[in-house]
Amino acid sequence: MTSPDPMAEIRASFFIECDELLEALQDGLTQIDEGAADDETVNVCFRAVHSIKGGAGAFGLDDLVRFAHRYETVLDEVRGGRLALDHDAVLLFMRAADILFDIVRNCRDDVETDATAVEPTLRELESLTGGSEGEEEEEVADFQPMTLSLDLGLGAVDTGDTRYEIRFRPERELFASGNEPLFILRALGELGHTETECTLGAIPDLSKLEAEGALLSWKIILETNRARNEIEEVFEFVEGLCTLEIEELSGFSLPPLPDLPEISEVPGDSAESIESEDANSAPPISRLNLTLPGAQETQTPKTAPVSETPAPAHASAKSQTQRSSGSPSAPPATVRVDLERIERLVNLVGELVINQAMLSQSVAQAGIPANSPVAQDLEEFMQLTRDIQDSVMMIRAQPVKSLFQRMARIVRESSASLGKRVRLVTDGETTEVDKTVIERLADPLTHMIRNAVDHGLESAESRIEAGKSEEGCITLSAAHRSGRVVIEVSDDGGGIDREKVRAIAEEKGLVQAGQSLSESDTDALLFLPGFSTAKTVSNLSGRGVGMDVVRKSIQDLGGQVHITSTPGKGTSFSISLPLTLAVLDGMVVEAAGETLVVPLGSIVETLTARHENMRALGADSQVLQVRQSFVPLLDLGVELGFREPRSDYHGSVVLLITLEDGTRSALIVDRIHEQRQVVIKGLQESYGYVPGIAAATILGDGQVALILDPVDLLSSANGKTRYRSADLQIAG
Amino acid sequence: MSLSILAVDDSRTIRDMLKLALTQAGFEPQLAEDGVHGLEVLDGLQPDAIITDINMPRLDGFGFIEAVRGQDAHRATPILVLTTESAPELKARARAAGATGWIVKPFDPAKLVRALHMVAGPGATA
Repeated sequence: MTSPDPMAEIRASFFIECDELLEALQDGLTQIDEGAADDETVNVCFRAVHSIKGGAGAFGLDDLVRFAHRYETVLDEVRGGRLALDHDAVLLFMRAADILFDIVRNCRDDVETDATAVEPTLRELESLTGGSEGEEEEEVADFQPMTLSLDLGLGAVDTGDTRYEIRFRPERELFASGNEPLFILRALGELGHTETECTLGAIPDLSKLEAEGALLSWKIILETNRARNEIEEVFEFVEGLCTLEIEELSGFSLPPLPDLPEISEVPGDSAESIESEDANSAPPISRLNLTLPGAQETQTPKTAPVSETPAPAHASAKSQTQRSSGSPSAPPATVRVDLERIERLVNLVGELVINQAMLSQSVAQAGIPANSPVAQDLEEFMQLTRDIQDSVMMIRAQPVKSLFQRMARIVRESSASLGKRVRLVTDGETTEVDKTVIERLADPLTHMIRNAVDHGLESAESRIEAGKSEEGCITLSAAHRSGRVVIEVSDDGGGIDREKVRAIAEEKGLVQAGQSLSESDTDALLFLPGFSTAKTVSNLSGRGVGMDVVRKSIQDLGGQVHITSTPGKGTSFSISLPLTLAVLDGMVVEAAGETLVVPLGSIVETLTARHENMRALGADSQVLQVRQSFVPLLDLGVELGFREPRSDYHGSVVLLITLEDGTRSALIVDRIHEQRQVVIKGLQESYGYVPGIAAATILGDGQVALILDPVDLLSSANGKTRYRSADLQIAG
Repeated sequence: MSLSILAVDDSRTIRDMLKLALTQAGFEPQLAEDGVHGLEVLDGLQPDAIITDINMPRLDGFGFIEAVRGQDAHRATPILVLTTESAPELKARARAAGATGWIVKPFDPAKLVRALHMVAGPGATA
C-alpha cells in the first residue's frame, strides 16, 4: 500500500461494518434465544464474527483477531450441529458478543484490551465444547497476518546465483483446475534467467490426439539468487497436479540470457514445431482453438488466445457495470456520506425555506393578487420546498434499533450484577429518529433502564409472592405519534411506592409536610434534583446521576418525559421527542423592540398580567398569582438587558414557562407575533456562549431573531428578580 | 491493458481492500457481494481471473465455483479462493471444488498480484 489515505478510509469503514455485523450477531443470538432461529441464523452469526476476524487481520488488530477466532471456533461447533444451545449458553454467547463489541471499540480508539478481563468468558465459552486451550492457541498461531512475506523474499541474502534444473510435467487435472503452464513458466522467469525446453515426445498423431489431454512437459534451467521456497511457491497451486522435480545444479554460471521475452515465446516455439512437423494437420489445430475458446486443456499452446482475451473482457466489463447496477436481487444500494455534507445540505435547505418565506412576503407586499400566476407558482414552490425539507431531514434519520440493542446489553449486565432475571421486549425498532437525537438519547435511556432493573422490578421473592413470574419484564418501545417520536420504558414491577416517595421528599425538604399532592405530582417528585429512592445505594444506579439529569438531557433535545405508575403493575416512562433538532416549534415574540423566539415546549400558557394578580415581593421583584400559586414575574426585556423595568405591568402579555424541575416563571413580553417552525442556527461556533440564548434563526422577513434558552435565562436571572423560583415556591 | 478481475466477498472491508490492491496494481476489478451476486455480475463478463471468499450468504464460495465451472465459458477461468485458514484440507476442498489457487487472508497485496499473474498471466501488453 503506497498511499496511507485509502487504507485509513477502509479502516474507518471497517469499523462501521463491524457495527453492522455486531448488530446482525446480536439479532441472530436473540432469535436463537427466542427459538425463532433456523440453520441460516447460526450461519449469519458465524459469518459476522468471521468477517470481523478477516477485516481485523488485515489491519493487524491482534486482540480482535484472537478473540474473534476463538469465538468463531465455538460458533462453528454450533453451526456444525455438534453443540446445542440452551438459554444459558445463548446468554454466554451474548456476553461474548458484548466483549467483542468492546474490543472492536478499543481497537477503533487504539486502546489496548485487557486480556485478563476477556479470558474467563472465552474459557467459559470454550468449555461448552470441551475444547482445550493448547489446541486453540495453536490454531491462532496458524492464522497470521501475511504482511511480512514479501519482505522476507526481498530480504533474502544475495549469495550469488544458484542454478536449478526443474522438470515440470502437468497432468490433465492441472488444466481442469484452471491453471496454465505458460503463466507458471512466466512467473518462474521473473525469478531469474531461465532456459526452457519443451518436450513433445508424448504427442501422438493428430488422429489419436485427445483434445483435453496433458501431453507436454518442460525442463527449465533457472539461474536465480532467490531462495528455493520462492521457486516452490510458483508451483504452489499445481502441487499434486503435476510431476515436479527441482534439483539444484552445482558449478558454473550460464551466460545471461534474455529471459522474459524468450519465456513468453516458449509455447509459441513449440507451436511452430508442431506445425512444421505436422504441416498438413495444422489447420485443424487452429480450428480447435477457435471452437473451444478459453479451453486451454489441449496441449496446443495458447499464446494467441491469451493475448486475445483481455480485449473483449475489457469491453464486456464496461457493459457489465451498467448491468449489475440494475441487478434486481442485489441488496438495496446505499451510499455512505460524510455527516458534514448532510449538515451543510440541511443548512442550505434551511436557508431555502427562509428565502422562500421572504419571497412570499415580497410578493404579498407588491400587491400581486393571490389568483395571479406568480402567486400560484409560488404556492407550488412552497410545497416543493416543504417536501425537500422533509426529505433532507429523512437523510439524517436512523432506526432506533442500534440504540435498543445497546439497551439490551444494559439489561443483561445490570440484571446479572443484581442477580435478577430480566427479559427485555422491544417494539418499533425500525422507527426512525434523527441521528443526533439517537446518540444523545443513549445516556438518559441507559440510566432509565438501569433504574427499571434496579428499582422498578422487585426481587424474585416479592414477585413470586405477588403471583408474578420470577422473570421481570422490561419493555422498550418506539413509535411515531403526531410528528414526534415517543419512546417508552416500562417495567412490570411493583410500581412507584408513593408513600415512600412522599416521605423522602419531605425528609429532604422538597415538599412541605401536609401539602396536598396528586398522584402524578408525587410521581413527578422523582425528577427533582437530589432525589433518590434507593435505601441502599447499589453500585448500579447510585452513580450520582438522578432522574433530574435524565429529564434535563431529554429537555435539551426538545423533549418531555412523563411518568405513569400503577401499584403492583409497574411503572412506565414516556419520552416524547421532536423528530429533528434542526427545526424548532417556537413562539415569535417581541421584547423592547427586539424579536425573539421562545421554544414552544417550555410554554405552558399565555395570560395577561392584571393589577389584582400582581404582588410586590422585596424591593425589586413582583410575583404573579396564577390560580392557586405565586409565580415570579420576569421582564424579558430587562433580563436580556434591553431596558429598565417598567413602572406598571398591568395589561402586559405573560408567557407561563415551566422549568425542568417543575417550577414555573411568568415571563413578560411586549407582543406575541406568531407561532411557527424556525430553522435553528447555532451561535456557539461564532459567538460562543450567550447567557439566556440557545441559538438564532432567520425569520421570513430576513430578520435575525435569537432563540431563548428558558432554563439558562431563568437560572441567570438578574438582580431585579434574583429570587430563585424554587425558593419562591416554598415561600408561596 | 491490464487484467480484469471479478472479486466476490461478503465483507465490505475485504472488498474495499481487494479493490484498492487490484486498482493499485493496474487491474480492473469488478466486485460482487456473494455467490449469487457474483454469478449475476459474471453474466456476460469474461474476467481474466476470479477471486472468491468461501463463507458467504445465499451462495457460498464452493457453490459459486461449482456454478462458474459449470458454464462453458468459464471452465478454465482461473479462480483464486480467499481463505482465513491455510489448513491443507481447506486447500484440498477448494481444489476439489474447482479452484485454481488460494490466497490466505489477510492477504498481502504484492502476493495477491503475484498469484494473479501466476494463474492469469501478465495481461496483454506485459
